[in-house]
Amino acid sequence: MTMIGLEIHCQLTNLNSKLFCSCKANYRGFKINENICPICMGLPGSLPRLNQEAVKKATIIAMALNCSTPEKIAFFRKNYFYPDSPKNFQITQLNIYGDTSVGGTGSIMVGDKKIRITRIQLEEDPGRLIYEGSSSKNQITLVDYNRAGTPLVEIVTEPDFETPKEIRDFLNILSDILANLGVADPSLEGAMRADANVSIKGGKKVEIKNIGSFHDLEKAVHFEITRQESLHSREIEIVQETRHWDDRRKITVSSRSKEEDLDYRYFLEGDIPWVKIDPETQKTLSSQMPESISSKKERYVSKYNIPAQVADVLSSDKYYSDLFEESHTELNAKEVANIITTDLMGLVDTREKREASKFTSVHLKELADSIQSGKISKNSSKNALHEILKTGKNLTTIIKELDLGNVSDESELSGIICQVISEESQAVEQTKSNPQTINYLVGKVMQKTKGKADPSLTLDLLKKQIGI
Amino acid sequence: MNLKISALDFIQEVKTGNISAEDFVAKTIERIQNVDDKLHAFLSVNQKAVDQARKIDKKVKSGEKVGDCFGMPISIKDNLCIKDSKTTCASKMLEDFIAPYDATVITKLKRQDAIFVGKVNMDEFAMGLTTEFSAFGPSKNPWNADYVPGGSSGGSAVSVSAFECVASLGSDTGGSVRNPASFCSTVGYKPTYGLISRFGLISYANSIEQIGPLTRTVKDTAFMLNMISGIDPNDSTTIDNKNEDYLSEIDSGIEGKKIGIIQEMIGEGIDPAVLSATKDAISKLESLGAICEEISLDMVKYSVAAYYTITATEAGSNLARYDNLRYGYDFPLEGYEFNSYISKARRNFGPEVTRRLIIGGFVPSTGHAGKYFLKALKVKSKLTKEINNVFKKFDLLISPTVPILPFKLGEKIDDPVSLFLVDINTVTANLTGKPAISIPFANSNGLPIGIQLMANSSQDKLLLQAAHALEKTVNLPEVPI
Repeated sequence: MTMIGLEIHCQLTNLNSKLFCSCKANYRGFKINENICPICMGLPGSLPRLNQEAVKKATIIAMALNCSTPEKIAFFRKNYFYPDSPKNFQITQLNIYGDTSVGGTGSIMVGDKKIRITRIQLEEDPGRLIYEGSSSKNQITLVDYNRAGTPLVEIVTEPDFETPKEIRDFLNILSDILANLGVADPSLEGAMRADANVSIKGGKKVEIKNIGSFHDLEKAVHFEITRQESLHSREIEIVQETRHWDDRRKITVSSRSKEEDLDYRYFLEGDIPWVKIDPETQKTLSSQMPESISSKKERYVSKYNIPAQVADVLSSDKYYSDLFEESHTELNAKEVANIITTDLMGLVDTREKREASKFTSVHLKELADSIQSGKISKNSSKNALHEILKTGKNLTTIIKELDLGNVSDESELSGIICQVISEESQAVEQTKSNPQTINYLVGKVMQKTKGKADPSLTLDLLKKQIGI
Repeated sequence: MNLKISALDFIQEVKTGNISAEDFVAKTIERIQNVDDKLHAFLSVNQKAVDQARKIDKKVKSGEKVGDCFGMPISIKDNLCIKDSKTTCASKMLEDFIAPYDATVITKLKRQDAIFVGKVNMDEFAMGLTTEFSAFGPSKNPWNADYVPGGSSGGSAVSVSAFECVASLGSDTGGSVRNPASFCSTVGYKPTYGLISRFGLISYANSIEQIGPLTRTVKDTAFMLNMISGIDPNDSTTIDNKNEDYLSEIDSGIEGKKIGIIQEMIGEGIDPAVLSATKDAISKLESLGAICEEISLDMVKYSVAAYYTITATEAGSNLARYDNLRYGYDFPLEGYEFNSYISKARRNFGPEVTRRLIIGGFVPSTGHAGKYFLKALKVKSKLTKEINNVFKKFDLLISPTVPILPFKLGEKIDDPVSLFLVDINTVTANLTGKPAISIPFANSNGLPIGIQLMANSSQDKLLLQAAHALEKTVNLPEVPI
């Protein structure tokens, strides 16, 4: 049986500051080595100052993943030399001397399968290496420490995955949970990364590192399973080792470095006293947690009668569910859900598009209400939506500027209907034997009004004029 | 101008206008220029000290508010960061390192108008107890320049003892303040762990070390504690002492106090002169109304081994950052890759640091941690339990600060194991986090002997009261320099 375990690193991007100093947790957008200070650079004499907010957020993650949460947590030093690590040790957590990590064992359901969490730890992200130079001869390595000290939560799973597909489903659910908690933004580049341990039946555990994205993770695991199976079928021993994902060649490569022989000499970080997270604090944190995805979904279905599939989409994406929460009323809820899941979704499916769009919940509410009151047709609302995303103008202005309002003026509509009746005499005749034909005539009116005719008014007037 | 006055007297004199801070500081700098060629306490001297003192005199004259130090010239161990000045740790590794910020103790002293006359010598990265491991040459004992001044805060003790400053700040990881204080006949104080912020102190073994003052009198130490102690958001291990005033009630005496005499610290290998001084101290305490009894701390016999194991482990980690990538010294990159570069760059550590880093890489490593590092932690926790039990019955503990007399330069430098045993009486306070003080008590053929008192955690005030009472019974010759 194939067994795959994951180590997922998630940056707590929504925090204000780094884990041990007051530099920005969101290091993106800074000039190289601008978001640094004596503490995150590990200058002689500096001491870490624990970001208590990070401990809270990490605890919330542990709770959301159904992990045990100890009342006292500790930090440890993981000692190793690497240029991205300013102190040449990383401050992290461990469970080998008792449960002192922010989260202990837990689990989440992926479909019908339970994926067990081994532990959750809070630690600091290292800096970033930048390689320059074309050939190995003139290659230089530059270090950008802007990221060094960023709060990171490591989620370690048991080897409960059997296929890359299961991994993908799990990571989707996990990303949604983390985004919903408001602690992280998994769509930011590099905000979520993962290593995988892969072993097939009868083989040893192989660790794959350096996987840049979840997309590549799936590929890397797939490659690794195939590689190991191929070795196995040729009766070649699968050795326990660390392999690196070669992003260019899309293969895993044995790490020539002796990384697996590294002895991290873990010991307690004396500069950070044990942190108490007593039951009282845990209770408070738990009460401050945002509503879970599953509870949202249930509420959407039971309260607003929204179809389960739509509710699923709506609840699992924080951007959509926030929009929904802010714009819906008892009356327009279904319409709001519809707009989001049928029209909006295709337009703002990436982080970049969401950031570029000028769309707000106020627009959404206006749009849904206007559709319901017949102020704008369903058809025209799509055009209006495009325009809103582009310009951010309010709906009334857009309807006016683009002439998107429904033709609901009886005399104006009557004139158009007269015209249609005279042009379509054959169809008019048919309505008497086949009432369904009237829909064809409504369509003709819509064509002439460019979709702006109020559909129910049109139907009424048509019936009246034809006399059925 | 008399440079041989206490800190409190200095303050009084400047406050009342009897002397000017400028004169005093100028004379102090002159004194440094006169004696330091011989003693080598200083690694750098503050060229702006006199100008800074002049400004304080102006404030005094104009009636402006003046900080409590009134321009007092203080020397600072070179492992404490002073913004924009060299902080070398007496190491080639940091020879050109200029600190970009002030240690918390420096900030506090600046606010109180102290003047830093210079940075003083130490064993490299505070590892050693003779100052012979300074990369810039040893300091000499002012009582006899053929002798070591103790260490690692040797420069601090020498500068106070030889009147090159009024007070000094050192750091004490296993006795590094008390040992040189004892050897040079000054007061040396290691506070309760967490009483003084370590922010800006370059770490050697961060879980047990503290910054501590070296002064001429116990009262001066109490004053310095008032200046620099207290909770600091930049050091999470600091404790809130509620702005305790260590000077008030310093004359409370020790009548009725129970004092334990630690057997293990006056046993085998103790110098007869040190033993007799200790007995003398005990009888003086008794004559002041204290009740003294012998007690046993069984774990003390393992304390030095545990101390070296723990400090080497922490040093191995704390000193890992000196890879010469972000700061350090000039060194051509050509021909090196990452690993070989680091190993080459780190050869700039001196022999004692190298020795401890090698030990530090070994004792906590997989397969050996159980036998060494974890066992050392066990000793530490057992020793703490033991001493806490003793403090249920006793207010204070007494021992000589160092069981032997100061020795000659070069005498023990090639025998690290015998050097280690000099620490036997001082490491307990560090391993258990308790406050301890060394006060000048006797003199044997011109060589100083210090007595150590220890108290329970956060009983710093009581400890200073007792030390002050004992100090008053002492009459010592003046340093012959």
